[in-house]
Amino acid sequence: MASFVSNVSTLVESGLRGPALGRRRTFTLRIGAILFFLALWSLLSGLVVALHLFNPIFLPGPWLVIGALTEMAAKGQLWIHVAATLQRVAIGFGTGAALGVALGLAAGYLAPVRNVVEPLVEMLRPIPPLAMLPMFIVWVGIGEASKIGFITYATFFPIFLTTVTGVRQIDPLLLRAARSLGARGLPLFTRVILPAALPDILTGLRLGVALAFFVIVISEFIGAEHGLGYLINDGRNFFLVPQMLGAAIVLGLLGWIGSALVRSLGRRYARGQQTA
Amino acid sequence: MKTVATRTAALVAALLAWAAFTAVNARVGFVNPVLLPTPAEVGRVTLDLLRSGELARHFFTSLVRIAEGFGLAALAALGLGLLVSLCVPLRLMVEPVIEFVRPIPPLAFLPMFLVWFGLGEASKVAFIGYTTFFPMFIAVAASVLRVDVVLLRAAASLGASRADLVRRVILPAALPGIIVALRLGIGLALFVIVGAEFMGADAGLGNLIMEGRVFFNPAQIVMGALVLGLLGSLINTLLLAAERRLLGARAAS
Amino acid sequence: MMAGPKIQIQGVARSFDVSGRSMPALAEVDLDVAEREFVCLLGPSGCGKSTLLNIVAGFLAPSSGTVRVDGHAVNGPAPERGVVFQEYALFPWLTVTGNVEFGPTLRGRPAAERRQTVARYLDLVGLRAHAEKYPAQLSGGMKQRVAIARALANDPAIILMDEPFGALDAQTRETLQDELSRIQRVEHKTILFVTHSIREAVYLADRVVVMTSVPGRIKQIFPIKLPEVRDRFAPEFTQYESDITRVVKEEVAKVHE
Repeated sequence: MASFVSNVSTLVESGLRGPALGRRRTFTLRIGAILFFLALWSLLSGLVVALHLFNPIFLPGPWLVIGALTEMAAKGQLWIHVAATLQRVAIGFGTGAALGVALGLAAGYLAPVRNVVEPLVEMLRPIPPLAMLPMFIVWVGIGEASKIGFITYATFFPIFLTTVTGVRQIDPLLLRAARSLGARGLPLFTRVILPAALPDILTGLRLGVALAFFVIVISEFIGAEHGLGYLINDGRNFFLVPQMLGAAIVLGLLGWIGSALVRSLGRRYARGQQTA
Repeated sequence: MKTVATRTAALVAALLAWAAFTAVNARVGFVNPVLLPTPAEVGRVTLDLLRSGELARHFFTSLVRIAEGFGLAALAALGLGLLVSLCVPLRLMVEPVIEFVRPIPPLAFLPMFLVWFGLGEASKVAFIGYTTFFPMFIAVAASVLRVDVVLLRAAASLGASRADLVRRVILPAALPGIIVALRLGIGLALFVIVGAEFMGADAGLGNLIMEGRVFFNPAQIVMGALVLGLLGSLINTLLLAAERRLLGARAAS
Repeated sequence: MMAGPKIQIQGVARSFDVSGRSMPALAEVDLDVAEREFVCLLGPSGCGKSTLLNIVAGFLAPSSGTVRVDGHAVNGPAPERGVVFQEYALFPWLTVTGNVEFGPTLRGRPAAERRQTVARYLDLVGLRAHAEKYPAQLSGGMKQRVAIARALANDPAIILMDEPFGALDAQTRETLQDELSRIQRVEHKTILFVTHSIREAVYLADRVVVMTSVPGRIKQIFPIKLPEVRDRFAPEFTQYESDITRVVKEEVAKVHE
């Protein structure tokens, strides 16, 4: 353990992160780490088989997972499920975002709107959105509408809250300056308020996307015939663990892409501004 | 600013709005009144379940699962988070793997946990543990790594050894961040416990809510949701108070 | 009997790796600092004076050359070389007392002795009344005074100061310069002090070492023959200021080329 931990010289020279490595070294190290992880995983699942530790179904090696995924992709099944999930996320998130931003801007700027909406939000905020999923099912049945409605509900809150913050944190001096330069009404809104609130709004959108992917799974466990969540839960019936793991990984990938998209949006439209 | 007074006022206002809205609906009936339970109906269900002891049973089942799962995860996150931050090669190996696993929504693994651990308590606790571990681990490591070099230098020139640096500088300096990590974890645990109890559970608040759907009792759903919200608020308030006591003296630095 | 120099800097150079290329920050520096001497390192921004100080402190290793203290090579930080930082570097979770007694606590000194030490040095910097406050409750000038007390309380033979008054306003700065001068007259430490203020250097130093722009080298050394208590408006003082300014300006002009 002694030489494991950084020594005093390294700590005082570059802090706990250690000396900065070149870009190439970092890259090779990252690839190496992932390969090592895959190798370890393969080794463990191999050992399970070789030593008869437990039913190997519970820990399939990475090649089985990749195999299951490629098979589903080749047969075209995978895309159907991916499309189903993406559709729900897209519509749900889109609606939630639109509502969140619209209502957020209104509530941020106009006190009467805020006074009406804020109590409702305060009451609903501590309640985990997942708890409302059954409510949506009771209201609109087990089909698409309840899933999309639920995603809308879940994504609405973070986006609404960050948008309100984004508007309210605008320096009043900025608004005063803009007004004294003649900006009023719609131009004031689009040219001053919206850009100033944009970093916070984008943060909310990023949270919303992550949340959408976070909760979509569980809504696809119940009453779905398609979707990555359905694939995962369905795998339970026949212990199709490679399918379950594969679908989970694909879901992670999609979520990551979604967040990356919002982040790149941020770089294009809110460059140089500080994010919350 | 959000004072206790304004928040209570907001809650009361919301309650009144809810009561008014559902009362109007019960009269006019633009939606089936069963689907929009009034506060009174919810109150009735709550009392029934309280009296029969059922509410307490489900409540504590959920609470115990959260406590156990979160507790294990917190210990692991603290230990491993510290270890990884203090050993540069280990961190460089672990970081890419974490980046890979992080984007996968924990709920996607819920069925896996049911397969691995069956339908009993173990699967719920293990799932909560898994869900809360990664974010806490990442946050703990981040707050340790963020410790300012200048503090380490100051301590070293006052004669600190490596052990001194860890005990007397790194840990106290990272403490605020570590507490934030713990708060994050418990928040996440509260978030997913419902989901975990939707499937393959015969007790717990999530199970209670699901029952409300299956037996078409929306009032029960609302009750379950509100109790969860209450639990969350309570835990949050307690944690904030604890945080203020532990860190209050430092104030903004 | 004149002992050897306290600090011997021999052929010290340091380069940094910036995206694959090696950028020299410090070229060959040779300097001896005698015991109880107050030496200022003066130069334009980026001339490597802080790097040199960090090397003497033991935070960085030189790319070549050695630093010796009392004849022994330096290979890391040690309590014999106390440091005062521009950013104060006070431990925010400890009170003023906790900060000042940090060194003695590490060495396991008994509580009664630590209390005495803290009292003595807080008196020296005039902060006895604030002993139980936290750094967050102090002004910049006060924080730096605590930092100085903390360094002194560990009884180092050498004190290294990296632009300690750089973050303070002009008024506080001069006050602290007066304080440091007074403290030095009591404590008689060997001090290596980095600054970019010529005025500050002439006020405090026995010798002023002017450094070139990057890569830093010693351009010229000015021995300051002024009384211990200095008058900033005395003609001799301003003479030194102009002489040194002329030399420094040459180097500053090079930076802007």
